[in-house]
Amino acid sequence: MQRQINKNGELQHLLTIEGLPAAMLHHILDTAESFVSVTEREVKKVPLLRGKAIFNLFFEPSTRTRTTFEIAAKRLSADVINLNISASSQSKGETLLDTVNNLSAMHADMFIVRHAQSGAAHLIANHVAPEIHVINAGDGRHAHPTQALLDMYTIRHFKRDFHELRVAIIGDIMHSRVARSQIHALTTLGVPEVRVIAPKTLLPKGVEHLGVHPYHDMSKGLKDVDVLLMLRLQNERMQGALLPSAQEYFKYYGLTPEKLALAKPDAIVMHPGPMNRGIEIDSAVADGPQSVILPQVTFGIAVRMAVMSILAGS
Amino acid sequence: MELPQTRDILEKLAKDIRIDLSDDTILVGIHTGGAWLAEELHRMLSLSTPLGMLDISFYRDDFERIGLHPEVKPSDIPFDVDGADILLVDDVLYTGRTVRAAINEIFDYGRPARIRLAVLVDRGGRELPIEARFTGIKLDLDENRMIDLLRNETGGLELRLRVGN
Repeated sequence: MQRQINKNGELQHLLTIEGLPAAMLHHILDTAESFVSVTEREVKKVPLLRGKAIFNLFFEPSTRTRTTFEIAAKRLSADVINLNISASSQSKGETLLDTVNNLSAMHADMFIVRHAQSGAAHLIANHVAPEIHVINAGDGRHAHPTQALLDMYTIRHFKRDFHELRVAIIGDIMHSRVARSQIHALTTLGVPEVRVIAPKTLLPKGVEHLGVHPYHDMSKGLKDVDVLLMLRLQNERMQGALLPSAQEYFKYYGLTPEKLALAKPDAIVMHPGPMNRGIEIDSAVADGPQSVILPQVTFGIAVRMAVMSILAGS
Repeated sequence: MELPQTRDILEKLAKDIRIDLSDDTILVGIHTGGAWLAEELHRMLSLSTPLGMLDISFYRDDFERIGLHPEVKPSDIPFDVDGADILLVDDVLYTGRTVRAAINEIFDYGRPARIRLAVLVDRGGRELPIEARFTGIKLDLDENRMIDLLRNETGGLELRLRVGN
């Protein structure tokens, strides 16, 4: 198992939130705050990673995450190379580590890895030379640490103190790497009550061992909640036996203004995107006054700048 | 070596600046000591112009060697830099590298009309062609001596001389 923290106590790779101390999470969020002010300037760039080569290794399609990593790297003055691997060498039979070896030979300084297999980023982190850093941009059902960090940044921005919050994660917990990373981040940062709300078929068994309270009923689960973290319902789940239909799901678990009214009046609504309007979230909520979905996107760039610069400096 | 009272050095610096101050001069302090000093000078000079603050962590030239500073603070430049008359303020001028980084950062906000530099202490040892326009005191310090600006609970500023790096 690759250790993310090196012998000097610095972050070498970012592979998962699990096991990172609260102080490290706060350090990332504090650093991100400084980058937010950079991105509001005339020149939205700092020279920190000038001359570094950062490779976006996306073995699974993703426009948004890849783009925000690309913007973040460019704002740090790094050179960014985007590789959409599903379309190139993998189809020619090259293995994952062969691809990494080739790119390392091109003097890569950092890999940002998105892969459908859990553990892919760990595998690469274990394999590369010590001066190369790896960021997990989502691996299978396992983890999506930068998404969870930008969610934590957004919560801290709007709610200030984690220690008095009731947070609900709503939707397909079972298949969600985002939910897993969110749960680890929220519990590490001291949120006293984390709820997960989903139909039984989309809630993994034993989820309460992660320190969360499971609910199957939105009317109970949303009561007095401060923060709602919506998850994207993957369309492919609809075809299987897990869910009867999109309409049915929306009826019970879709976030409508009526359901949102059960939460605290100043509750905020978040979503990692892309949204399925009319399935997990009603447009009236997504575009409503309690939605902070677009600020999430903006903060996501600053958070990724923070992670990259902390890794590159370790 | 005995240091003069910090208050006296401050008064001297404020007096020098006052003579050469224009109506639209804006003070910008460099985090942390320079920001304290800029606040103090802003008060002493009764300025009504905004006060800026720079954290130069993203512009340092030693990132490769020592990584990111553990306590980065957001820079705060609450005015339009284009055409501005800026007085950059730092506590101690030594190698000049911090000032170089600060000037680079300012130019990422816009094109100022002028940047001048005010420091409480000039301790020599420059590694870049940078000089202060206003200096509180000049000291000739050995390499192994450090001088820091501290701020106590009541907001008072105090220079401290010590051994070490």
